[in-house]
Amino acid sequence: MSVDVLDIRDLTFRYNGVDVLQDLRFSVETGDYVGLVGPNGSGKTTLIRLLLGLLEAGQGEIRLFGRPIGEFRDWTRIGYLPQKTAFVTPRFPATVREIVALGRLAGKRFPKILGRTDREAVQRVLERLDIADLQDRPVGELSGGQQQRVLIARALVNDPDLLILDEPASALDPEVRDRFFQLLADLNTERRVSIVMVTHDLGTIGRYSSKLLYLDKRIVFYGTYEEFCHSEDVTRIFGAFAQHVICHRHGAPTDGGGLTPNPLLPGMAAGPCGEDRCGEERK
Amino acid sequence: MNWMEWLSFGFVQRALLAGSFIAVLCAVLGVFLVLRRLSLIGDGLAHATFGSAALALWLQWNPLYVSVPIVMASALGILKLTEKTRMYGDAAIGVVSAVGIAGGVLIAGLAGGFNVDLFSFLFGSILTIGPLDVAVSVILSVVVVAAVSLFYQELLSVTFDEESARASGIRVGAINQVFGLLTAVAVVLSMKVVGVLLISALLILPAVTALQLTRSFRATMAVAAAIAVLSVLAGILVSFALDLPSGATIVFINILFLAAGLAFRRREGRAGEKTSP
Repeated sequence: MSVDVLDIRDLTFRYNGVDVLQDLRFSVETGDYVGLVGPNGSGKTTLIRLLLGLLEAGQGEIRLFGRPIGEFRDWTRIGYLPQKTAFVTPRFPATVREIVALGRLAGKRFPKILGRTDREAVQRVLERLDIADLQDRPVGELSGGQQQRVLIARALVNDPDLLILDEPASALDPEVRDRFFQLLADLNTERRVSIVMVTHDLGTIGRYSSKLLYLDKRIVFYGTYEEFCHSEDVTRIFGAFAQHVICHRHGAPTDGGGLTPNPLLPGMAAGPCGEDRCGEERK
Repeated sequence: MNWMEWLSFGFVQRALLAGSFIAVLCAVLGVFLVLRRLSLIGDGLAHATFGSAALALWLQWNPLYVSVPIVMASALGILKLTEKTRMYGDAAIGVVSAVGIAGGVLIAGLAGGFNVDLFSFLFGSILTIGPLDVAVSVILSVVVVAAVSLFYQELLSVTFDEESARASGIRVGAINQVFGLLTAVAVVLSMKVVGVLLISALLILPAVTALQLTRSFRATMAVAAAIAVLSVLAGILVSFALDLPSGATIVFINILFLAAGLAFRRREGRAGEKTSP
């Protein structure tokens, strides 16, 4: 019997007496690529922090790879990319190589000393992400996009089975973003890496994810991409435009255009619909 | 009297030896403190050291032995206040600092004043350090630097990104406690070198100077340690030669290094602008 990568049961989280998340129940299986969306303040980042053990759930249960989160120790199986690179101090003196190597600490016991295998793993991921030429540069001197790639490398350095990404492409330019999402897609299809990704970019979900979880303190929709696209409830809840952007897999533009606000989903954005390709399908 | 004659004095040798070890210790911890925006913790713990030194004088015990446990408890107190009471870190440092100073003044009042003895703790008196204190300083410095080496990767991870460190299974709370205890030891030992009022300078200045010059974390710690040792050695000799207060002289030499580091950084920045496409 296969074990779910993630299993959430009746999860409720309160902060200062207010329900931030209510009665969540869902599971993520091996090879799932889940797009986690929802308006601002819907609890997406709180859910991510609960999954990583950074917050303790008030009620309910979180199981990672079949184990209750309190007993889970094999953090090398999980790669995490935080929401922002703003915490990187401009004068922070560590090199790219030193920062990426920090990802290898998850599997070490005290004293955590990095050896040749770790250095080789770091080199591999730097080359895979095309940043080997940056390895001796201080991370504090890099651009936001380069810093984001360094953090992505740190998340991938252990070849994790589950990637948890909190708005991973926010600082990337369009070309790098496309390459990054292609890399995730390759990991997902070739190595069956499960992915849970918070994003405001509906087009990205449409192009890459296999499941969609819409959160607004509780689960509004969780299902496969096909279920989303054929659900009349979804059309009623999200509106035809949002459903169209996702289901027709237009994605965000890569030719220099920016994301446009989506009037039907406050706080979210969508790639332009692409009138030339499917204007006739737009409701 | 020439330099070689000065170096033949036992008290100068003791000052140079203890000062060098304490300088390395402070510089290494200082890099983490500065990057974690915890520079002022040195001041807070220094004030706790003042209180504990006053208590030691009142009890007529060795201030070093009384101060180490009290200042360690103060460091843990700062962490607990931040974690358990939702108090901001700088406010928690302020609370511990106030308790230390007020406690020291109250004890001094109760004891009828300590005059010269307490004054030496405020401004440092490295040239009066005894053989036993030298041995304790050297041993504790070696222990603390060894502990930093053992926890180096965890400390770097927590310093860079505490949340991701936690997410990768690092016990951030325990690491912070270890770091607080090591800092407490550094502060107590520095009391003799530069005095309570200037301890934070010994922690902050070499680290800030090194950050102007280096590109990797290990290099930053090595350069900070080198600058700290040079400052302490030069400060002790200059203060002895010119009959100046040793603590303040050490700090001023550190400030000269910082000025040189800032000038170097500025020149490098300009050179970079000229060569960049």
